[in-house]
Amino acid sequence: MTQSVVVQVGQCGNQVGCRFWDLALREHAHVNKKGLYDEALSSFFRNVDTRKSDSRACGVGGRIQHLKARAVLVDMEEGVVNEILQGPLREVFDSTQLLTDVSGSGNNWAVGHMTYGSAYREQIVDKLRKAAEHCDCLQCFFLIHSMGGGTGSGLGTRVLSLLEEEFPEVCRIVTSIYPSAEDDVITSPYNSVLAMRELTEHADCVLPVENQSLVDIVNKIKQMSHSGKPGSVIKRDSAIISGRGGLSGPEKPFDAMNNIVANLLLNITSSARFEGSLNMDLNEIAMNLVPFPRLHYLVPSLTPLYTLADVSVPTRRLDQMFSDAFSKDHQLIRADPKHSLYLACALMVRGNVQVSDLRRNIERLKPSLPFVSWNQEGWKTGLCSVPPVGHSHSLLALANNTCVKPTFMELKERFTKLYRKKAHLHHYLHVEGMEQSFFSEAVDSLSSLIEEYHHLDATKRRLMPDAPRLPIAR
Amino acid sequence: MSVVTVQLGQCGNQVGHELFDVVCADAQDGQRKAYSTASCERFFHQTTHGDLVARAVLVDMEPKVINQSISRAAKSGRWRYGETSHFSQKQGSGNNWANGYCVHGPRHRDMVEELVRREVERCDRLAGLMAMMSVAGGTGSGVGTYVTQCLRDIYPSTFILNHLTWPYGTGEVIVQNYNSVLTLAHLYKLSDAIMVHENDTVHRICSQLLNIKHISFGDVNRVIAHQLGSVLQPALTADSHGVYSRNPLGELVSSLACHPEYKLLSVSTIPQMPSASIAYSTFSWPGLLKHLRQMLISNTKMEEGIDWQVRPTAGSERTSSLTAPSFNTSLANLLILRGKDVYSAETGAFEDPALYTSWLSSQEAFNLWKSPVPFNKYEKSATVVSNSQALLRPLDNIVGKAWNMFASRAYIHQYVKFGISEEDFLDSFTSLEQVISSYSQLC
Repeated sequence: MTQSVVVQVGQCGNQVGCRFWDLALREHAHVNKKGLYDEALSSFFRNVDTRKSDSRACGVGGRIQHLKARAVLVDMEEGVVNEILQGPLREVFDSTQLLTDVSGSGNNWAVGHMTYGSAYREQIVDKLRKAAEHCDCLQCFFLIHSMGGGTGSGLGTRVLSLLEEEFPEVCRIVTSIYPSAEDDVITSPYNSVLAMRELTEHADCVLPVENQSLVDIVNKIKQMSHSGKPGSVIKRDSAIISGRGGLSGPEKPFDAMNNIVANLLLNITSSARFEGSLNMDLNEIAMNLVPFPRLHYLVPSLTPLYTLADVSVPTRRLDQMFSDAFSKDHQLIRADPKHSLYLACALMVRGNVQVSDLRRNIERLKPSLPFVSWNQEGWKTGLCSVPPVGHSHSLLALANNTCVKPTFMELKERFTKLYRKKAHLHHYLHVEGMEQSFFSEAVDSLSSLIEEYHHLDATKRRLMPDAPRLPIAR
Repeated sequence: MSVVTVQLGQCGNQVGHELFDVVCADAQDGQRKAYSTASCERFFHQTTHGDLVARAVLVDMEPKVINQSISRAAKSGRWRYGETSHFSQKQGSGNNWANGYCVHGPRHRDMVEELVRREVERCDRLAGLMAMMSVAGGTGSGVGTYVTQCLRDIYPSTFILNHLTWPYGTGEVIVQNYNSVLTLAHLYKLSDAIMVHENDTVHRICSQLLNIKHISFGDVNRVIAHQLGSVLQPALTADSHGVYSRNPLGELVSSLACHPEYKLLSVSTIPQMPSASIAYSTFSWPGLLKHLRQMLISNTKMEEGIDWQVRPTAGSERTSSLTAPSFNTSLANLLILRGKDVYSAETGAFEDPALYTSWLSSQEAFNLWKSPVPFNKYEKSATVVSNSQALLRPLDNIVGKAWNMFASRAYIHQYVKFGISEEDFLDSFTSLEQVISSYSQLC
């Protein structure tokens, strides 16, 4: 069993991260009835006996003493991290895993990346190294951050390149929260584009999430639960946005949205943690979904969003789950993959679903989903027998699809609008180490990425002939 | 004479476990003593306490599946795996053949060789080695290929049979076609014979013959285990002089894989029905054999939906088309009959020269094994192991899709990262095109 380390950077990163740890504990508590520290738990938690003076970690198989999250928390303001440390999760982190400062990054990528990046380089590497040393077999780093601000975006991407430098063998999966067009941070386009370049170059996979999509999904669920239609009562604790039943107290405003992202991370790692008839490990995700090194943006979609209280689950309900995974309402960025081109798609199913259900649905949905000519059957599938809490089954779809192109193009446009006028540029250029070339190189990187997707899109309508086979002397 | 099985990767370990389950249950099913003894000797080693311990080595790069197989076997109460007969790591091969073949294989070579050596030494006489794996993933395919290579080096005169499971055509793993091409091309040079089961075909058997509503991988694996068991359980052969053959793998290989270009074997079994229906059915040898023969020549693996229009054509009229449904020419066939009245079964129809390629006489091409003992609850059952064009189209599909993907160089960087080059890919493609060409021209 392998371990993963979560690195949460910035306000958003830490808030999402906090929700993740809460749900992870809830999920494991649900499954692990005997209170033993098993392999599944060890993938995200260490078991430490804090009574002993050296607090050495206990091995797998013993009773749970104190669980410590395999995490590094970084923020250049103290507010969020302090709140975590005063909340019910305080026992899960110890002070050596935290790195904070007081003044924040002022929504400035350059401050995060350059100023803090250099000042804290040693400490960051040190904490990452410690977290890695506590792992028997470290497979993956999960980085959680937002793109629009200063710390998550700037320092977060600096951490990403440090991860590549120091741990080149370990997979880097980045969950990036992209700002919506109506974002209240004026310079978010700058921060996002500067960060994008880093993601394209240093991440193995990126799971882009857009705030607006999360808002839409939350509203949809609230509407459902308030609609008062008979038979439409949502089963308690099953909504993807619900943190109730976990450790924390009353829900705060962004909690619902953050829960969705936390669920995404839980589901992605489920097959690596729990058993199933067709396992899907984290390194298989990058292997199967990234045909060309730079095109590693995987659009996530989660279903079901909630379970209705009337319990029976006929096959049609199961099939509906599969159909929903491809509908644009369930994607975590505002995109419609069905009308763009699929390069590859992964389906990670949890719960009581058999291979025949999976095959039937793939057969059913395939005709309506355009796949690139050289990957007509580009499906990677995983079956994990343990369902998430509150559901009997669930599906996470990760699509490498050209529908990210419009999102990136919009981002580039918002960037260009500001950059043309050189608006706010001086805030960045004043930072030591920052030069104007960073901007032009970043937007070039984004342009060429868009171009690559465009190129593939162009093949969509065309019927590509099969490549002529190797001739053999007869 | 004993067979040592090496189970590689998730599929290899899951199918292997079902196989041992089937043969153990069959052997202990109130059968005649000679059969039971021969079967147990072949697959199990008996401890001083009378426990049956499988002659198997379990290899995987991550521990979950092996742990599950070991515990399920122990729970059965009838047999178990050896306590130290397994090897696993923490982190899988990531569906990457190159990771399995270039990194994990060499890294763990000594450990795996040691485990196999111990099993081999426990055998009084070794009949041969069987490696069980899938071709779609990273460990079964990559590590499996590497292990086969090592075993070939250490045991140059031992028969090595590779049992492969081919994935669903519509995809389980996106890079499955690359992994399949690389595996098959390499194994062709190393293995004595390659026996194949395709998930698509077995799935159809489960749904149409066995009437299973929600087919799980367990169901699929049990069908594969049943078919494999019907081949490997003790039988009386032409060379065994009235006792159960002591050289099953050797006889299998020499009957079927007589030419280095032709090593792909497929399996068809009749009858196959839901176990609840078996008690209500009666079988006759003429009926079973007639259907099985037609299944063979029309290349259907099920006794339903057989195309009775397909007839053997004279050699000169045969087309070597990959697209039109045509007659399935055989190079060689091995027919295995098990059950009641087996000595009265008339097998002449299988010896018809029209079934076979012209360069072998039908006496050489056709082989017959018999066992008077019913297998796995079927009063009468027949299996044909065939070296024929049956796998030609599936193989061609795999190579075609892999080639298309290769033409755009998609995913190649993932393989190159671990140590193989585009040249290696091209070599593998070339080898398989040669195999396809050879089988196409079989007439």
